[in-house]
Parts: sequence; structure tokens; C-alpha cells
Amino acid sequence: MAATNNLVNLEKIAQLLDGQIITDAGNPDRIIEGAFASDLMSDVLTLPTKHLLLLTGLVNIQAIRTAEMSDIDCIVFVRNKKVTVEMTNLANETGIAIIHSPFSMYKASGILYQAGIKPVY
Amino acid sequence: MHFEYHVEGGNFSQAGFTSSQVKKTLKQLNVDGDVIRRTVIALYEAEVNIVAHAYKGKIAVDIDPEKISILLDDEGPGIPDIQKAMEVGYSTATPQVREMGFGAGMGLSNMKNNSDRLDIDSVVGKGTRVMIINYFNPTR
Repeated sequence: MAATNNLVNLEKIAQLLDGQIITDAGNPDRIIEGAFASDLMSDVLTLPTKHLLLLTGLVNIQAIRTAEMSDIDCIVFVRNKKVTVEMTNLANETGIAIIHSPFSMYKASGILYQAGIKPVY
Repeated sequence: MHFEYHVEGGNFSQAGFTSSQVKKTLKQLNVDGDVIRRTVIALYEAEVNIVAHAYKGKIAVDIDPEKISILLDDEGPGIPDIQKAMEVGYSTATPQVREMGFGAGMGLSNMKNNSDRLDIDSVVGKGTRVMIINYFNPTR
């Protein structure tokens, strides 16, 4: 059963996804309530919800910019895709946490859904 | 307040710089968070369009106590059919643009959804001019 009553923070998310927070900007205690998974930044920019977590396999600077404009709090890069120094610096500047996870987007999404993180739609 | 920025076509590493600066400015001015978000999303879509389609562009931002007005003026191929370009799913983006996570034909309609006023004028072979206006009082 989904543990819907537990608040899930970034540190817990990193742990659940067998990953690590690689930025200094995000407070590890920050609570995440909702998430969206996509490689299409155009779609992310249409979301009505703020303070989400974004799961993506798209590793480029525009993923960070899209998160910045959309008020996304955290990006999880799946399948061990490594971000560049430029991306990490921009994330730190704009207060976005980045988590690296070895899991696939499907697996990472399933784990977070089960942990009670809500979908946007 | 008046600011001007220059945008270089094809330079994806800089795409979003202007939107980021405008976001910082609006935050400093204590503008409502939802208004900031709508404004910078519309601006970012437009800024990415210049980088994706034009040779170069200029972004002029004017802020008064009531509203923010943003004029994006580019030198580029122009848009032959603006109505068609507004349709969700219609896109002329290159594979490079799609690799960046854009080019799905959602940008112009998303700009409209995030602007109180959006005007687009274009001359084929010359360029495109986009005006975005958002008011600070969200109840307006």
C-alpha cells in the first residue's frame, strides 16, 4: 500500500532511488509532494503545478532552465546520466536540487508513486 | 524600468538567460509568484524560439507599476502562417531543437496561455515580433 501519510523529503527520495543529491542548493529536508516524468521540456512548461520533482533522462542545460522557469524544486536524472559542471552550477544558482539515480524512469516513477508522491494529472 | 537583451540564434547554452534575469528582477520587485511564473514561462518559450529559429534577436523589457511588457524582435525566416503555428502539434523545429526537449509544437499556445496579452507579427524572410504583456494584479 502507498504510504500516503508520510511526508517525503529530498534525502528520503535520494535514498529510495539509490541515488545521491549532487547539488548544494536544495535543502535535503525539503518536502516533495508531487512529481512529473518527461523528456519533453515543452510539456513540462505547460504544467499548472509548482514545487514539483521532475524525473527525466534529458541531460542538457535547458532541463535546468525549464525547471527554473517552472518553479520545479528538484530534478532526478535517471539511468546514471551525468550532468555537466555548467548544469550543476546553474542548478545551485537557481536553488534546484539534482539527484542522480541508476534506476530507469519507469522504476523511479513507480517507487516514488508508491511512496506517496502525487502525479500532476 | 527598461532593460534590453540580445539573443544569439543557435546558441542553446545561453537560451533562457534573459528569462532568468527577468525572473530575478520580478522577484526583487516582490511581484506575485504566479504572475512571475506565467511571465517567465511565456518569455522563455519566446526566447527559445529565437534561438531555435532566428539568426539573432533583441528583447526589450519594460516594467511599470501595473504591468510588464516584453517585446521580442528577431531577424529570421519569419512565420508564414501564424494561425497554423498556433496549432498544438504544428512545428518546423530542427532535429537539434527536438533533442533539446522542444519542438513539439506547443510553444506558441503555451505562450498564449501564460500571457494576458500576446501579439505576434511576422514578415517572411525578415523576422518576427512578439509582444507579451502581463499585469501584476492577478484579479484583473
